[in-house]
Amino acid sequence: MTNNKKRYVLNLAAVILLFVVFKLLMGSGIIDSYYEGILILVGINIILATSLNMTTGFLGELTLGHAGFMAVGAYASAIFTMNTNMQISDTLILLISLLIGGIIAGICGFVVGVPALRLRGDYLGIITLGFGEIIRVILVNLDITGGALGLRGIMPYSNFTNIYWIMAIIVMIIFSLMNSRHGRSIISIRENEIASEAVGINTSFYKIFTFVLSAFFAGIAGGLFAHYMMVLDPKKFNFMFSIEILVMVVLGGMGSITGSIIAAIILTFLPELLRGLSDYRLLIYALLLLVMMLFRPKGLLGTKEFSLFGRRSKEDVKTSGLGGEE
Amino acid sequence: MEKFIQQLINGLHVGSIYALIALGYTMVYGIIQLINFAHGDILMIGAFSAYFLIGSGIPIWLVIIISVLLCVLVGVIIEKFAYKPLREAPRISALITAIAVSLFLENLFMVLFKPDPRPFPQTWDIPSLNIGGLQIEGITIVTIVISVILMIALEIFVNKTKNGKAMKATSQDAQASTLMGININKTISVTFAIGSGLAAVGGILYSMAYPLIDPYMGMMPGLKAFVAAVLGGIGIIPGAMLGGVVMGIAESMTKSYISSQLSDAVVFGILIIVLLVKPSGIFGKNTREKV
Repeated sequence: MTNNKKRYVLNLAAVILLFVVFKLLMGSGIIDSYYEGILILVGINIILATSLNMTTGFLGELTLGHAGFMAVGAYASAIFTMNTNMQISDTLILLISLLIGGIIAGICGFVVGVPALRLRGDYLGIITLGFGEIIRVILVNLDITGGALGLRGIMPYSNFTNIYWIMAIIVMIIFSLMNSRHGRSIISIRENEIASEAVGINTSFYKIFTFVLSAFFAGIAGGLFAHYMMVLDPKKFNFMFSIEILVMVVLGGMGSITGSIIAAIILTFLPELLRGLSDYRLLIYALLLLVMMLFRPKGLLGTKEFSLFGRRSKEDVKTSGLGGEE
Repeated sequence: MEKFIQQLINGLHVGSIYALIALGYTMVYGIIQLINFAHGDILMIGAFSAYFLIGSGIPIWLVIIISVLLCVLVGVIIEKFAYKPLREAPRISALITAIAVSLFLENLFMVLFKPDPRPFPQTWDIPSLNIGGLQIEGITIVTIVISVILMIALEIFVNKTKNGKAMKATSQDAQASTLMGININKTISVTFAIGSGLAAVGGILYSMAYPLIDPYMGMMPGLKAFVAAVLGGIGIIPGAMLGGVVMGIAESMTKSYISSQLSDAVVFGILIIVLLVKPSGIFGKNTREKV
């Protein structure tokens, strides 16, 4: 147990240290506003990738409409901040709006997930794909969302600081959830659904729970995105964007949270680094993806986790795992 | 009533194109359980090759044959180099590979031919048909006739020829088919070849119906054709035909009676409802789960 606590403290220290380093670099101008913008997008993409990893990596259900949930959260929270006149600090308004965006995305997740998760195989993927497209069409046709022109004049509440911490908290929640008893139940459904049902795991509950939570986090990422971009364009949340998030998950390794984080960082920076190649940029991106999949089909890390403090010893897994409830 | 019949015919027109494309999706899924996202881009390649061939003054029948052969070649090459090495890998990796191939083809064509849409030449002058106030355009008739002929030919191929039966057997149980002496690799190549050839025809007919082509043109019809394949029951050939026609009619009816912008939402809505009522699609069979 103490070992585990030490790990949490060390991780927290690393997260704080990284934040301080980033802040110092930004203060001294080594990271200019262009790179700060990319870092903010990295943070949002990390939330999206890790949350999608919950359903696709840990639960093992293919989802092709993550951008749809993000869009719901983005629009819901933006519409809230644009229409509220609460006299509280910006950060608090942002947090409330994120919560609203997340909850509405979660409700959508529930509505889509309950019927869809009864089906097997690729059908959840197909239904979520349909859902993502329907959301986009609805956003274009409603008045409150600004129609095809998009939503304009959103307050710029998101900045590097709050995105960094919200990201850190969400990653921490997902990480500890997946290492808990509930996380192991979710993984057991991926490994063999019939067997896990037979040992008494409520598979429908865990499936819906994971799916809704994943949609909730996607909604939060959407809210952060809306308050950073200040303009929402429904075209942004198309099928290709869902695929981009899925690519991050698969490239990092399905079932590896650190893998998703690393892949999100690489894949957000890569197109920017290749910008000098202009037209050939996406061609090279596609080619790299293809080569990567052919030579490492399980992704960068597979199901393993990357750790600063070495691999977990067997003793450690035992205490944090089976004996984790006393 | 006249408007209704007119829309029904328009629906059949688009629907038969969707059906042609959907056949490729459904056959590939049936045989290797892969959603071949690059299928829509094969359609785009077919349309582009037809565009250039027509430009160089080759008669239309030869244009179609050359485009089909080109797409067959591309389809088989993609299968050999991108999908075959991943046959034992997790299915989602194969799916991402298919998406990567699709992105690669789209961006390759964008680099080669620039992203601006090009007008597709209207070379095929067929007089339109008038039946008591109803006007049916020539291209509509040609599209429907070509699609029906190809579908009948495919049905005969699958049920009567040796290669076709091998395809059916492989989709039911690949391992047992190997034991029966079926060459799986060859059968899969044949499947991709047929699917790509049908996509090429679909692409040319699609560009005749909507005469603007660009490197991303394959995405939307590809997605809709895939939905059509699922609607009819994925892996089932008559299902893809029916699904395509249902999608086409639903789309043209929504466009004319509700709103042209909502047609995509209605199409996907139908898919969701069908899947909830009958998860395996209209023609799908329920498979019992075994431990």
